[in-house]
Amino acid sequence: MLYDLFIGPFAEFDFMRRALVGVVALSVSGGAIGVFLMLRRMSLTGDAMAHAILPGAAIGYLVAGFSLPAMTLGGLAAGFAVALAAGAVARVTVIKEDASLAAFYLISLALGVTIVSLRGSAVDLFHVLFGNVLALDDDVLILLSGVATVSLMTLAALYRPLVMECVDPGFLRSVSRSGGLVHLTFLGLVVLNLVAGFHALGTLLAVGLMMLPAAAARFWTADITRLILLASGFGMVSGYAGLVMSYSAGSNLPAGPAIILAAGALYLGSLLLGTQGGLARRLLPRRHLRA
Amino acid sequence: MPNRRALLGALAAGLILAQAPMAATAQDKLPVVASFSILGDFVKEVGGDRVALTTLVGANGDAHVYSPTPADAKAMAGAKLVVVNGLKFEGWITRLIKSSGTKATVATATTGITPLRNEADDHDHGKKDKHGHNHAGQDDPHAWQSVANARIYVANIRDALVKADPAGQASYEANATRYLAQLDAVEAEIRAAVARIPADRRKAITSHDAFGYFVKAYGVEFVSPQGVSTEAEASARDVGRIIRQIKAEKIPAVFLENVTNPRLVERIAKESGAKVGGRIFSDALSDADGPAGTYIAMMKHNISQIEKALAAGPA
Repeated sequence: MLYDLFIGPFAEFDFMRRALVGVVALSVSGGAIGVFLMLRRMSLTGDAMAHAILPGAAIGYLVAGFSLPAMTLGGLAAGFAVALAAGAVARVTVIKEDASLAAFYLISLALGVTIVSLRGSAVDLFHVLFGNVLALDDDVLILLSGVATVSLMTLAALYRPLVMECVDPGFLRSVSRSGGLVHLTFLGLVVLNLVAGFHALGTLLAVGLMMLPAAAARFWTADITRLILLASGFGMVSGYAGLVMSYSAGSNLPAGPAIILAAGALYLGSLLLGTQGGLARRLLPRRHLRA
Repeated sequence: MPNRRALLGALAAGLILAQAPMAATAQDKLPVVASFSILGDFVKEVGGDRVALTTLVGANGDAHVYSPTPADAKAMAGAKLVVVNGLKFEGWITRLIKSSGTKATVATATTGITPLRNEADDHDHGKKDKHGHNHAGQDDPHAWQSVANARIYVANIRDALVKADPAGQASYEANATRYLAQLDAVEAEIRAAVARIPADRRKAITSHDAFGYFVKAYGVEFVSPQGVSTEAEASARDVGRIIRQIKAEKIPAVFLENVTNPRLVERIAKESGAKVGGRIFSDALSDADGPAGTYIAMMKHNISQIEKALAAGPA
């Protein structure tokens, strides 16, 4: 009975194992990136970037048809362009990063919709451009795990300046000129993870697995190393739980949303019970420490 | 403010002038709007040179989830006749008809067709109303997948054209008679092809339930992991069930469609050991130079792909 529910589907079906591998790969890098995004108050950047990559992916689709490399390259190009432009405007002019990002992603999104409409074909973009967690082929898995590897290595290399910029961007700027470069590289990683996540898993999953586990982890610890580990762990747990829910008899939830709902449940649970500012701790009277 | 008044006057004059050329073309040809490519093909066949046809959802477009453009509304406003599929296939068209303010007659091509109900099997279709539609136990709109229904479409379109343009009656009737004969030939061809497939191999998988009428008319069974609309996302359980079913019933092939994401079908094929059949066309025609540029070409292409994949012995 328990076996049938929790292990059986993964033992029987290749697509379930692949889905699990994909979700784990995405959680490894997505969790860490989500934590940095959250600490830098850029939690909505992921969502904006999701729209920014649309024209690139659409051009890739129109040029090469349903081809993973073409759509990935297109998405990356568009995402990088928006990230670079937004970052540059924020650093050079008085406009803050959020405003310039909003401006550029809206331009990018409008461009994407226009390009697709001009071609006259009205295939639902989000269905064609974005993947399904149950349909991961070898190419997509390699893309996902490659992106996770590159992201982790880059994060390791940039760890100190990144943490520094979370804590005190002004200090980093005063001691080093690398701040801008670090920031742009980090935005590049965000784009990379989102693009990989979209093609593999769909919009909702890519952004959801990045932000929800990070936000949930914050209720349990303030230590950044633990935050990253916990966020990745939460991501994997949600992925597994979501797949099991989508498979379990009677529920018939679509797999992608089920995974995000699991992550959402983890977040709400953490919000209630978390040791760092969780609601239960806040509302229940605490005993004072006595000598 | 004489200036403003002059401006308004000019504007009004401009509007009146703008109407003039439209009226002129309307006298030459009957402006007809068809909602999607397959209907467009029918109208072209029956209307011939007498109609100026605008097809809203073109080749390879997905009419389930189309969002209309201002150009569509303009075409709609100038039309004398609007041909729609009905059976809630183009959910967006009612709003477009209203907002365009068109005075055109709306002809529903599926009038008189006995609709198939989507069987409410063991799972719940309620999850499919992501965009506000509810497909639970509703009529399957993909009626054109049976040639017998296509004949009704053509007859309906002929009658609508005659009513909208009585002067062309003879021409429309002659075209329709000629086209109906072609449809008969296609149907005979399909039946012959199905008869050549061994009875126990007449089953296949597609990525969405668009072939209900085909199944009923010709006896080739299609199973699909998604629900009836391309909007639905499959659950892990559905996909697992289909893989099991392919293995248990030794279903020989899975087919790709022209309007949905092919990866899921490819995955299912790989995992179950079924063969990936050629691309078949369900909801939209291909470009004119593609394999399914017209309805007849589409039906011929589909049946030849189906026969090729199913008739072959085990690889």
